[in-house]
Amino acid sequence: MEFITQAWPWYVSGPSIAFILFLVFYYGKNFGVSTNLETFCTIGGAGKFSDYFKTDWKERKWSLFFVAGIVLGGFISHQFLMPSEAIALNPETIKELNQLGFEQAGKSYLPAEIFSLEQLGTVKGFLILLVSGILVGFGSRYAGGCTSGHTITGISSFQKPSMLATIGFFVGGLLMVWFLIPLIF
Amino acid sequence: MKNIRFLIIGLLFGIILSKSEVVSWYRIYEMFKFQSFHMYGIIGSAIFISIILMQLFKKGTIKNVDGNQITVKEKKKGIVRTLLGGIIFGLGWALSGICAGPIFVLLGHGSLPILVVLLGAILGAFLYGLISKKLPH
Repeated sequence: MEFITQAWPWYVSGPSIAFILFLVFYYGKNFGVSTNLETFCTIGGAGKFSDYFKTDWKERKWSLFFVAGIVLGGFISHQFLMPSEAIALNPETIKELNQLGFEQAGKSYLPAEIFSLEQLGTVKGFLILLVSGILVGFGSRYAGGCTSGHTITGISSFQKPSMLATIGFFVGGLLMVWFLIPLIF
Repeated sequence: MKNIRFLIIGLLFGIILSKSEVVSWYRIYEMFKFQSFHMYGIIGSAIFISIILMQLFKKGTIKNVDGNQITVKEKKKGIVRTLLGGIIFGLGWALSGICAGPIFVLLGHGSLPILVVLLGAILGAFLYGLISKKLPH
């Protein structure tokens, strides 16, 4: 039981993700999450604004179930499988984050400086969440996939676009963490 | 209902992403600061095992549930779209610590601010669809 409730080490987590990829392919589909963002647009009637969204979303219905499952899995984890909020971060990371103003680094699962209702109520806090979402949604569709579709599925099947996209993910991520986050927070 | 199996697979995926802490903003920050092996170990071992799986799919050693060959969809090509799109995605990923899958995981954690991220992500996908013809790919 302890194994279930404590945080999983990388050598359990990584292979488990590969097992999910296996299951999705075994049941005849391709592993990836970000296409659903387009599906939501199509269902919401985005086809009226651009032909890009005139697709048959019913073919991707399985993926909506997949996403609903992810939400449910998150709920179950949060309710029953995570007795502690603490994360065993590098002490150096904790020190740096404390200096940036992230007071609960290492003690909380998500930073209140970004994900609290107080922050959501401020213009800056709201914009951080919204803009980050827009970048993720826009970028993943422009690049043709996200971490699951490109970094895991694409790289493991030796696809060049996925390697380029993953290099891009890291360039963007490094820019944000090293240069922009110290300016934003 | 054949789709129920995907609900269950998604449920497992949501638990894995929660327990592995990859949906935590702190872990993403730590990764981009090169201060921990955790995320690299997860991504690296997931890719490593997937490479083996892909070879077994290709050789036909593992067939799908209907006994057919498993094929992987070809990713769209284009240096500009993958690099530039990737950079845009990376900026967003590191800012809120969330990529596409974790949005749904954290929604399940009951974090209300995530709804704004989800809204943004749908808006972002919508914007891309609107202007995709004018963008270099």
